Amino acid sequence: MEKFTILNGLVAPLDRANVDTDAIIPKQFLKSIKRTGYGENCFDPWRYMDVGQPGMDNSRRPLNPGFVLNQPRYKGAQILLARKNFGCGSSREHAPWALQEYGFRCIIAPSFADIFFNNCFKNGLLPVVLTESQVDQLFYDSALPGFRLIVDLEQQTVATSDGAKVFRFEVDPSRRHSLLNGLDEIGLTLRRADEIRAFEARRREQFPWLFR
Amino acid sequence: MTGRTLYDKLWDSHVVHVEQDGTALLYIDRHLVHEVTSPQAFEGLKLAGRKPWRMGSVVATADHNTPTTGWERGIAGIEDPIARLQVETLDANLREHPAKAYFPFLDKRQGIVHVIGPESGATLPGMTVVCGDSHTSTHGAFACLAHGIGTSEVEHVLATQCLVTKKMRNMRASVEGALGRGVTGKDVVLAVIGRIGTAGGTGCAVEFAGSAIRSLSMEGRMTVCNMAIEAGARAGMVAVDETTLEYLKGRPFAPAGTEWDQAVATWRMLASDPGAKFDREVVLDAAAIAPQVTWGTSPEMVVPVEGEVPDPDKEKDATRREGMERALAYMGLKPRTPIQSIKLDKVFIGSCTNSRIEDLRAAASVVRGKRVAANVRLALVVPGSGLVKAQAEKEGLDRVFRESGFEWREPGCSMCLAMNADRLESGERCAATSNRNFEGRQGAGGRTHLVSPAMAAAAAIAGHFVDVRAWR
Repeated sequence: MEKFTILNGLVAPLDRANVDTDAIIPKQFLKSIKRTGYGENCFDPWRYMDVGQPGMDNSRRPLNPGFVLNQPRYKGAQILLARKNFGCGSSREHAPWALQEYGFRCIIAPSFADIFFNNCFKNGLLPVVLTESQVDQLFYDSALPGFRLIVDLEQQTVATSDGAKVFRFEVDPSRRHSLLNGLDEIGLTLRRADEIRAFEARRREQFPWLFR
Repeated sequence: MTGRTLYDKLWDSHVVHVEQDGTALLYIDRHLVHEVTSPQAFEGLKLAGRKPWRMGSVVATADHNTPTTGWERGIAGIEDPIARLQVETLDANLREHPAKAYFPFLDKRQGIVHVIGPESGATLPGMTVVCGDSHTSTHGAFACLAHGIGTSEVEHVLATQCLVTKKMRNMRASVEGALGRGVTGKDVVLAVIGRIGTAGGTGCAVEFAGSAIRSLSMEGRMTVCNMAIEAGARAGMVAVDETTLEYLKGRPFAPAGTEWDQAVATWRMLASDPGAKFDREVVLDAAAIAPQVTWGTSPEMVVPVEGEVPDPDKEKDATRREGMERALAYMGLKPRTPIQSIKLDKVFIGSCTNSRIEDLRAAASVVRGKRVAANVRLALVVPGSGLVKAQAEKEGLDRVFRESGFEWREPGCSMCLAMNADRLESGERCAATSNRNFEGRQGAGGRTHLVSPAMAAAAAIAGHFVDVRAWR
């Protein structure tokens, strides 16, 4: 997994609540058996004027001028500022894959849907929860062209470039550790293989019907 | 020691190891696998040179991409080559790593993963159940800790039989009293979502309790737990009772003989203790729940059938108001439109929410001897599994539907998420028994109203929504 330590990135604001994973990456792109190739279809229904299909040349498709991420000033944005319950709905990990391939490394919102939140950590994409009022302030600030934020996972802070605002955020220590070091979670768990085997053996004895 | 909730008990009995910050290794008993969220996980294992830990825990099927017509053409019936490759990849992965059970495309036991798990008895009380699909919460109806996971977690569970996770908070949604005639589990869960909102259960495992929940069949309880995720809760659950045991007895993968008795003795403890503490409680009066219809693009945008489309001007919160306005524009609806005047282009009866035999019986009883309205271009019944289909045909339900003008299809996820050829065209309006009314969910530009099977069936006949309680 890609490490996440400190990010100084351009901020793109997406001002709507309950953004679901169907909107982030629609079903027609889930037929792929690969982990990559989703970035050009990130937010496909909002980003393009036509209906996207796998295999299209996306560079030839008409862009929706009304969609915020299509504004030239947000090109290269690495931080997505969002509203509450971001990533709700389907468990598709294709959503964080698409966001990351688009270029995002961090999403800031007042709340996230549980499964999406989990999926982000598995992919080096940091979801940051700030309060509604902090997020409101950042939406206000994001009206300034070139608005950037510095997200520091070590310090657990989100700060404006001039240091005028510094917001602290919470993150589970073990998730933070994994992300800071880009650790392979399966490898870590397998270090406890003996413990798992012992647990499994006890369980098999106690509830044999679960192992038939 | 204070009493424990059902969730506490399920959690405690599966913890292999806990870190200081509460992050735990949770042992997984049952891993359900389908074609869409598993190929990258199997590939990941291979690339890392790892072997699956216990394929005996895996039950697999192809459901999302499979067509609901043209099965006589075999695998060639999947016309989209990308979708076909995904289904073939699942075949190949299961050939290389044989599972406890694999019900491939065209098998008579194939079906929606959340229908075949319970119907085969592969879902048993006290289990942890995971699947790369958010509607895994369905299995909580059997007093399981069941929830959706991402593909990285699918790989993790395949490799280690464990999930790295943290304990959720306890929430209880109690529905007390008797449900009115024509009011179903679907209406109950939509009413709960309407009350607590689409993020109301975020971070929680929700136990559904109360006399109205206990009065539901297993099918009804599965519908309720299925949509826990639509309230933001990854896991929904219901305690074990006689209804649970009656459903399970004799299922192919359920224990039998003396082992059944042993199992039942442990399953009976799968209920919250009196005095168990919940972090959050919500109580609904069953008698006050009417058949529900969603009007917007989030399941929380729901009203009783006798109601009308709400007016955003009356909403004080600006973000909510904008969300409502956007939803009304997408749905092509005006504020204060009576729900029963909304006309439909298509009707979809199916999905992991409502495609079980009881759902089909309810819908069939409404349409028997009547005809689908002229303005309804397509009325579709997609059974949840091959076995549901066979049972329905044995009861003659397929004839009832066909004679009324419905199409009777092969099983699968179908138009719930429209990954196969079944979908809405832009602007089309659909009464659907599925679970999500998100923008574009059933097809780009399609407009979805979520309802119960009986409500969908009645809407197909009338051509617009009607109150099924007054149906003759």
